[in-house]
Amino acid sequence: MDLFVSIFTATIIAATPLILAALGELIVEKSGVLNLGIEGMMLIGAAFGVWAHFAGLPMFLAVVIAVLAGMASSLLFGVLALTFMTNQYAAGLALAIFGAGVSAFIGRGFGSTPVEAIQPIDIPGLSNIPVIGEMFFHYDPLVYFSFVMFGAVSWFLYQTKAGLTLRAIGESPDSAHAIGFHVIRIRYLAVMFGGGMAGLGGAYLSLVYTPLWVENMTAGRGWIALALVVFSAWRPKRVVLGAWLFGGMTILQLQGQAMGLAIPSEVLSSLPYLATIIVLVLISQNRQAMALDFPVSLAQPFRPKG
Amino acid sequence: MAPRLELRGISKSYPGVIANDNISLSVLPGEIHAVLGENGAGKSTLMKIIYGATHADEGEIRCDGKLVPEHGPAVSRELGIEMVYQHFALFESISVVENIALSMPGKMDLDGLALRVREVSERYGLPIDPDRLVLTLSVGERQRVEIVRCLLREPKLLILDEPTSVLTPQAVQKLFETLRQLSDEGCSILYISHKLDEVRDLCQTATVLRNGQVTGETDPRKATSAELARMMVGSDLPEMMVESSELSNAPILSVSNLTLEAESVTGTSLKSISLEAYGGEIVGIAGVSGNGQGELAAAISGERITNAAEDVVLEGRPIGHLDAGKRRDLGLGFVPEERLGRGAVPPYELSENALLTAHRKGMVKHGMANRKKAREFASHVIDKYKVKANGPEAKAHGLSGGNLQKFIVGREIELDPRALLISQPTWGVDVGAAAHVRQTLIDISRSGQAVIVISEELEELFEICDRIYVICHGKLSQSLNRAETNVEEVGLLMTGIGSQTNDSGSTTEGFDYAV
Repeated sequence: MDLFVSIFTATIIAATPLILAALGELIVEKSGVLNLGIEGMMLIGAAFGVWAHFAGLPMFLAVVIAVLAGMASSLLFGVLALTFMTNQYAAGLALAIFGAGVSAFIGRGFGSTPVEAIQPIDIPGLSNIPVIGEMFFHYDPLVYFSFVMFGAVSWFLYQTKAGLTLRAIGESPDSAHAIGFHVIRIRYLAVMFGGGMAGLGGAYLSLVYTPLWVENMTAGRGWIALALVVFSAWRPKRVVLGAWLFGGMTILQLQGQAMGLAIPSEVLSSLPYLATIIVLVLISQNRQAMALDFPVSLAQPFRPKG
Repeated sequence: MAPRLELRGISKSYPGVIANDNISLSVLPGEIHAVLGENGAGKSTLMKIIYGATHADEGEIRCDGKLVPEHGPAVSRELGIEMVYQHFALFESISVVENIALSMPGKMDLDGLALRVREVSERYGLPIDPDRLVLTLSVGERQRVEIVRCLLREPKLLILDEPTSVLTPQAVQKLFETLRQLSDEGCSILYISHKLDEVRDLCQTATVLRNGQVTGETDPRKATSAELARMMVGSDLPEMMVESSELSNAPILSVSNLTLEAESVTGTSLKSISLEAYGGEIVGIAGVSGNGQGELAAAISGERITNAAEDVVLEGRPIGHLDAGKRRDLGLGFVPEERLGRGAVPPYELSENALLTAHRKGMVKHGMANRKKAREFASHVIDKYKVKANGPEAKAHGLSGGNLQKFIVGREIELDPRALLISQPTWGVDVGAAAHVRQTLIDISRSGQAVIVISEELEELFEICDRIYVICHGKLSQSLNRAETNVEEVGLLMTGIGSQTNDSGSTTEGFDYAV
């Protein structure tokens, strides 16, 4: 039972940075913009978070700095892709590489120095319930925040006029422009939201998950977040499920390695990636349903006419 | 009574063209006013100026007697001017009511809005279900959504741009009833069209445009079609020369029991389609767009491989399993509806575009293209089919739609196909060029080739075809002899009366919303 509980909680925690980054990217892609630079923005968030922490700022402000850093880096992408209408793939890849470099530069000097991690908070009354309390009510604030963001993103997309507008722009920016929406402005906002969420996901890694700065510490999670959005067929619920699956597989293979399974550790390490992609491919087989949620204008530069 | 809308001396020029030259017109409250003209006469530019999407270089616009100083779409809405575009600005992945909500100001109240949509749609006889996803709607239904969207804003002037090109003859009559009702309630209507019969049926006044100028203003109910056509075209319409012909003994192209799943959610599945085309005849396929014409053309041309080789047979030889290139090798010509991008590569020279399909005429040796031959071939096509172009080096996208169409049709005909499939032969082509293309089709059919024409223009099909099939919801009707049928019969088949009425709406089922 203890093992189950610890695997469960570890899964939730491992999935949190993915949920944050992928929910951000989901909003970006729903507006018809493809930002491949999540990995870079996460690294920038992680590095600036650690930097702010060692600069003596309180943890809350360190997290805010990480979010702002992620947003700022996404603005670079935004200027290239939205204002200058460059190829979004190229601009996103550039951001991924740029982020790796900038974060390495910012993190110089803090290398492998442990950070006092953000601690789990207890919820009076609930956290003391045996098992349940441990499983559901003993996390750091960012885990709860990721749940809140899931709810907020779902509500925004499907219940508000602004969300409807965002989806409409993702389907046909030309029609949206004809009705009188400011396509570029709304896409900028979406891109910045995505950047902030990626920065937050990165900060989660360096301030909670493995509380220290290591170069390239995201280890491909930005790319997994990207894949989650695509394979989730642009639906928030599936993004979260996919993130949990990935987190769970990560924890399970670590357990397997610890128990000394006679499988090369490299193979075990690759399992989460394989399993997540296979499952998400399988559940996104319904092409008709896919077509409804797919932002048709994805990655196409928009030039307002007339 | 002050006119609802008055234009005085509107002029607008683009580099190289004068789109509108000193145009004046006035529309009274409750009047249905036609703006009649060929493609390229300046109608669309004029409408954009009225709606405020573009600005005129000169002239003034008055609304209810007051000058409109700074014009723009937002001003139009304030003035009560609404426009139904020819190409709808609807989002497919969301519902009807969500689409309408997007263009309504203020907070979103989907339930309340859905109620109002139902109310307005019932009041004006435009049945639509506000909860349907737009992608499950037919083109005609989408148009109703657009009109209802405009009506919800209680317009004083409604502009309709070629509204009937996507409708069956019966649906056109229903639309006219709605428009007359609106006009009785005092709403002015500006009706843009190139169809004379409709204008004579519906409108109280007509302003005729040619080459950007007003060539006449008249009461279309009193004028004859010939008079209106003369104002519109500047000369009498050419008469088609249709000779009787001798049919080949066996069909040149036949499709038997072809069933093909749609490739996308917006596509139409083909359901056991059978048709035959004999040498010496023109066979027409009528139907409202989106009923499987694109899929059928792809299956015949080879852009899609059919399930069984025997589904498509050319001169006794099964070709359903062959790709488009091999089918061309065997003598099947194809002119797709999109000229730029599918019928021709826009930035390529005409000679290079000729090479794309005419390489079969010995223009390629050992994998190397013989450009000299390609240029000669292109020049030959340009001369013979009277294409207005600066020689074979002209780029495809530099030609007008009509001229490029003449070039592509010419290119295919010069390949001497046994069967020619041509989709929307005269879309966006001016009257003169259209007549030329149609006459060419008649001529090659009379020389023993089989011609299949897919078109949404019924008049065109009745003008040139020997037999007509009707496609509806992916099913093809029996063949009808032109001499024995009429527009009403074909129109009923286009709506699929009796057979498919329960079909709509079911497409949304099976969508898996659960995770």
